[in-house]
Amino acid sequence: MSEFALSDQPQHRLDQNVHRPLTKAEVLTEAHRCLYCYDAPCAAACPTHIDVPSFIRKITTDNVTGSARVIMDANPLGASCARVCPTEDLCEGACVLGKDAAPIRISDLQRYSTDWVRERNIDLFSPGTATGKRVAVVGGGPAGLAAARELARFGHAVTIYEAKEQLGGLNTYGIVPFRLPRAVALWEAQQVVKLGVTVQTNVLVGRDVAIGDLAENFDALVLAFGMGNVPPLQIPGEDLQGVWDALDFISQVKSGQSVGDIGDRVVVIGAGNTAIDAATCSKRLNAENVAIYYRRTAREMTAYPFEYEFAKQEGVEFRWLCAPVRILGEGNRVRAVEFVKTRLELSDNSERPIPVPMPGTEFAVEVDTVIRSTGQSRLTSLLDELHIIHDGGSVRVDQQMRTNQPGVFAAGDCAFRRGVGDAMVVEAAEQGKIAAAAVHQHLLAADESEKWRGESHG
Amino acid sequence: MADLSVNVGGIKSPNPFWLASAPPTNSGYQVMRAFEAGWGGAVWKTLGDPIVNVSSRFGGFHFEGARMLGFNNIELITDRPLEDNLREIREVKRAFPDRAVIASLMVDNVKEVWQEIVKKVQDVGVDGFELNFGCPHGMSERGMGSAVGQSPEFLRQATEWVVEVAEVPVIVKLTPNITDIRYTARAAAQGGAHAVSMINTINSLIGVDLNTWTPIPNVDGKGAHGGYCGPAVKPIALNMVADCARDPLVGIPISGIGGVSTWQDAVEYMLLGASGVQVCTAVMHHGFRIVEDMIDGLNQYLDARGLSSAMDLVGKSVDRVGNWGDLNLEYKVAARIDQDKCIRCNKCFIACEDAAHQCIDRVSDGSGQLALVVDEEECVGCNLCSIVCPVEDCIEMVRVDSGGRTFSWRERQAL
Repeated sequence: MSEFALSDQPQHRLDQNVHRPLTKAEVLTEAHRCLYCYDAPCAAACPTHIDVPSFIRKITTDNVTGSARVIMDANPLGASCARVCPTEDLCEGACVLGKDAAPIRISDLQRYSTDWVRERNIDLFSPGTATGKRVAVVGGGPAGLAAARELARFGHAVTIYEAKEQLGGLNTYGIVPFRLPRAVALWEAQQVVKLGVTVQTNVLVGRDVAIGDLAENFDALVLAFGMGNVPPLQIPGEDLQGVWDALDFISQVKSGQSVGDIGDRVVVIGAGNTAIDAATCSKRLNAENVAIYYRRTAREMTAYPFEYEFAKQEGVEFRWLCAPVRILGEGNRVRAVEFVKTRLELSDNSERPIPVPMPGTEFAVEVDTVIRSTGQSRLTSLLDELHIIHDGGSVRVDQQMRTNQPGVFAAGDCAFRRGVGDAMVVEAAEQGKIAAAAVHQHLLAADESEKWRGESHG
Repeated sequence: MADLSVNVGGIKSPNPFWLASAPPTNSGYQVMRAFEAGWGGAVWKTLGDPIVNVSSRFGGFHFEGARMLGFNNIELITDRPLEDNLREIREVKRAFPDRAVIASLMVDNVKEVWQEIVKKVQDVGVDGFELNFGCPHGMSERGMGSAVGQSPEFLRQATEWVVEVAEVPVIVKLTPNITDIRYTARAAAQGGAHAVSMINTINSLIGVDLNTWTPIPNVDGKGAHGGYCGPAVKPIALNMVADCARDPLVGIPISGIGGVSTWQDAVEYMLLGASGVQVCTAVMHHGFRIVEDMIDGLNQYLDARGLSSAMDLVGKSVDRVGNWGDLNLEYKVAARIDQDKCIRCNKCFIACEDAAHQCIDRVSDGSGQLALVVDEEECVGCNLCSIVCPVEDCIEMVRVDSGGRTFSWRERQAL
């Protein structure tokens, strides 16, 4: 069987990447097509400003290590981003060739160069000369890793506190393996660890480590703990067996743990990228009928267009303008979901129209599994303990990712606010870099009086 | 349908496309295949005392994904017995009487030896001879090829020996490895040659293997200089052709050689004075079949321009090639960028900024993007931006002087 023919075996199908890597011949043809623009729009369109023409030219001169270095220097998550970035909105969308021909397949070339160093165990960076300064990074996802990598290169002693067993955050746990293999996410994390970064996994700050200890032991703090689980739908029946939190579901599948028999009929509630992941995952676990139910329409959903297309190709169905009312069980096992039809009403307060249930249109759908995927909850307790100003869990930061507390910085999803930027891996990476630069600046400038002590400056 | 036939110093062929003396004309089998494909003539791989070749022999110059922009060889003349070659030449001529078969010759530079081979070879019915005074590698170490061709006196003498006994036209093939090719071209004319062909290959070392540090091509860990040809040498050859075409002391027809791959290349050679062209590298790259489009394309071109004969092209641009001192200093062009076609790659900007005269500005176009705008006052009209621009017809060089005056450097010096 060819490497990319679709297998019937769920595990094969879960590992089978959405699209294959380019062959060496394709890589060279594509790389030679690049015009090597000056002040290239693709680089400007990348949130981390990867010097795309430079990394592509290095491929053509057989300097693939140098190519990967250009990528990873600008973006510590460059290998993951090669697989998950919505490139038609970013670099590839900006490619000047797109005007009259096909744009350069930048992400595929980026994947080639980063795969090349990963497969050869080539280390690209080394830590800076030790400054004696210590920085704690809370959360080892994309933003935390990016910050830690940069801080280590500045020469600071970095400790990452990670609540999960492995580093990588959503890259390791939350993005389906057939789009982003775990090995890629873990390799990126390993590149950071190899710079001498101390990693404490299975450690939840605030529970396993006291805030006071952090203040005692570190000169600065970077908050990059992301977001929490999928919030409850707040309808009856959510606790029934067979009702999943999408992130738990994907995490378990990606970790190779069994999710049990999900049956033939799967309903996913919500229409973001994680909902798509949960749905396509279910298809690849051999569920016959997988449908996404969303209370708005395709126009309002947050999933990327290419993810939407991919889900349709995988056989996922979409049901628009349906809101869940309750989940019905048989014993303690889920049996059906009751929906109500909605209509959209424009609102003065919100950019998106408000779905309004239409009484009398209720209907039930027989199911074996329900997956909730309606966003992520915010984590606020640590912020409150640290006296960090936040808006419902979204840390308020300035352009340098500084919080209201001197010496405390935040990056990634925990600082993400709707309407400002996009909750992309590449955006988290850039914020991590900015935060690290700001920490560095702070540590160089700070005299003892400005050292972070965990006190309220409120 | 135009008449594509040409006459090169008395040698006629149904079209201007000949195979050059080289590996593709090594045997009767190959030349038969070539003629079946449509080639108008073939200069047989150089006859002489059969030699022993080395392995390997060729090297390619590849650039940014394009293969064989240049090509290098250290192969010598024929390694087959003269009798075999002569038998096959006779068979080819019998099968294709309308095609030109020219025998390339190279022997020790002794009158009797030259005259002996000429007599032997013309007996089988060749349409002409081409004296190989160009091969720059191997044979030159033995006092043949470019060793003769670099000395106008030796070249004239050998030409005279051959012309004395030859009953068919004699072409002298010239080496470019010389300061001024007109001197050897004139010597050929003085010796009685009916035409000159140029250029033979250029002294070259195609490269070094970055892993083994051995020169390319590698012969048991060592290398030697070879002869360079292919598309990359065309500009050098065109200049030499034009130099000879406008030199009254040369005054004999020219067979153009050097990087000819398409009908367009052939047209350029002919406009600069060649009566026909010879091709090798393009065939080594793609096979004999390329001649189909060479013939078809030339035909279409001639028809589109209302020309009835390919020979009408010969020399039409020669008068326009002159000395720098006669060029009009008053003529001025400036670059103009078509904003609708521009894709904003900024290649023209950085080329002008770093390597020319800093006269392309990046100006806000109102939509948050930077448009590329030429400062025509500052632009010297060098062409660089239009050369680097990847978009067809995006940058036009527009005449900006009033057009009335001509004033050359020579005139200025005379004031």
